[in-house]
Amino acid sequence: MSFKEVIQKYDPMQVIAEIEAMTAADVQRALAAEQLDNRDFMALLSPAAEDFLEEMAQKAHAITLRRFGRTILLYAPIYLSNECHNSCLYCGFSVNNPIPRRTLNLDEIERDARILHDQGFRHILLLTGEAPGKVGNDFIAAAAERIRPLFSSISIEVYPMETEGYKEMVAAGVDGLTIYQETYDPELYQKLHPSGRKRDYNFRLATPERAGEAGLRRIGIGFLLGLGNFRSEAFFAGLHGRYMMHNYWRTLLSVSFPRLRPAEGGFQPPNPVSDRQFVQLMCAMRLLLNDAGLVLSTRENAELRDNLLPLGVTQMSAGSCTAPGGYGEEDSATEQFAIDDDRTPAEIADLLRARGYDPVWKDWDGAFLQKETG
Amino acid sequence: MDELIIAGRSFNSRLMVGTGKFASNEAMVAAMEGSGSEIVTVALRRVDVDNPQDSLLNHIDLKRYLLLPNTSGARNAEEAIRLARIARAAGCEPWIKLEVTPDPYYLLPDPIETLKAAEVLVKEGFIVLPYINADPVLAKHMQEVGTATVMPLGAPIGTNKGLRTRDNIAIIIEQAIVPVVVDAGLGAPSHAAEAMEMGADAVLVNTALAVARDPGAMGAAFKKGVEAGREAYLAGLGKQQDKAEASSPLTGFLRS
Repeated sequence: MSFKEVIQKYDPMQVIAEIEAMTAADVQRALAAEQLDNRDFMALLSPAAEDFLEEMAQKAHAITLRRFGRTILLYAPIYLSNECHNSCLYCGFSVNNPIPRRTLNLDEIERDARILHDQGFRHILLLTGEAPGKVGNDFIAAAAERIRPLFSSISIEVYPMETEGYKEMVAAGVDGLTIYQETYDPELYQKLHPSGRKRDYNFRLATPERAGEAGLRRIGIGFLLGLGNFRSEAFFAGLHGRYMMHNYWRTLLSVSFPRLRPAEGGFQPPNPVSDRQFVQLMCAMRLLLNDAGLVLSTRENAELRDNLLPLGVTQMSAGSCTAPGGYGEEDSATEQFAIDDDRTPAEIADLLRARGYDPVWKDWDGAFLQKETG
Repeated sequence: MDELIIAGRSFNSRLMVGTGKFASNEAMVAAMEGSGSEIVTVALRRVDVDNPQDSLLNHIDLKRYLLLPNTSGARNAEEAIRLARIARAAGCEPWIKLEVTPDPYYLLPDPIETLKAAEVLVKEGFIVLPYINADPVLAKHMQEVGTATVMPLGAPIGTNKGLRTRDNIAIIIEQAIVPVVVDAGLGAPSHAAEAMEMGADAVLVNTALAVARDPGAMGAAFKKGVEAGREAYLAGLGKQQDKAEASSPLTGFLRS
């Protein structure tokens, strides 16, 4: 059964109603459970659970410590291009925004990559908009091959591909994929994506499955906080995560909760998520998915990032720039969104150490993907 | 304590330590020193084996400790073999802790792929210490292909649940012709002592030290647990029995 068939069994409005109806007793039962079922997960996402945030946080911390220890994996993004044919209402790269468009050439990509390599990064995330004519599979594969000697792990966060496309990426040295559904609510999805290939909700929803079929070793899923009702969105993301862990059991799952940030176009999130709600969501996800990586990006501010550390985080970006060429040039093209934690990678590493965590720069090896040469 | 001998090499400690999950390299070193261990295992995917300045390797005194690279992250035999070869090509001794764990969540070992890799690596001259489920028949297969130890799990990695596989480990120990190292799941010194009392030759601990408030002190506590368990084993533990046995048998007169 595909995840599309799983999610079609649920009515989003009914899910919200069920979550809203959860009681303190339901939350206490969920907190006592060793393995959460769907109802327990709903309880932890409910308004009733807001009175139990500390208990949830303590449990999330204990689970994370046991499964991941005191380590945080650091990674950095490289934006290869801000060309995009989609018109997503919330995105700075939207085709409707009159920003300078820029696609890096391989030399420029290597220049940015070397800067990040010299800062210590060995895990890298390559990003593009969706403009397959200008920035297609061949371009991304060439970029990965060019920078592969510098990094132990290369992930991509680009437009959804077919399974064959992901196989090409694996052959080029890519081991990870990040793909957010943005919103799991099909109606809201249609409103937010008025045109472009991204308008196809179901194609995007099945992307992690195609990547899993192609043998990608790490898959990150998530949704954008601020678009839909965060409780039901988190519920569906949790279902999606558990589906991936059960069906693509050789692939390591991670989940991200990016909050919408100010961007070109001035989109105002219809359902802003508070810090308390963010904490509730992160802890509930850790309690559901004990072994998934939880990712915290530089979209959050420094103080909040520091305080979220013990609640389940296992991976962080650092020193991020969201504009193509932004690491090597002062006047680079417009960024996708404004980051909110502008500390340098070295400062983040120092902070982690001061908080009792080991900043991990390398937790993978390109040798896993290499073919025998003799 | 009596010496542990693996592949002809002697060790004074029967406690091996892992190096993952620590808050810092300093905490890791404190745990190693507290534990008195002489064998430390390091995930190859975490280190840059070609770079002697790698911060993890830099913290391990190779004169004091045998570095036991592990192949964690490998999903099949081919990947594990490749990693082992890379470690040896970079100058590591040919000792390898073989881990093939296609499931990245519970990290349970794949018996078929582990056996395949063990066979190849032994033929290539590696001293292979395979991480396996507590399966007595698999342990026999490993020994037959020439592994230097068998390392059955006590419980899934990182669970701190202790000897959940106790009955099978007892069979493995009873039948073993190579040292049995209980690996994974040991969360307290009492768990380590229990494994040693059963007759395990050594134990390997990581998470319990890495997440302790004081890793150095926890290392020292495990050292004592291992030593106490070993001494009790050598001293000859009284057998547990369901029925009472009188110290002066009432029918002893019939023998005379």
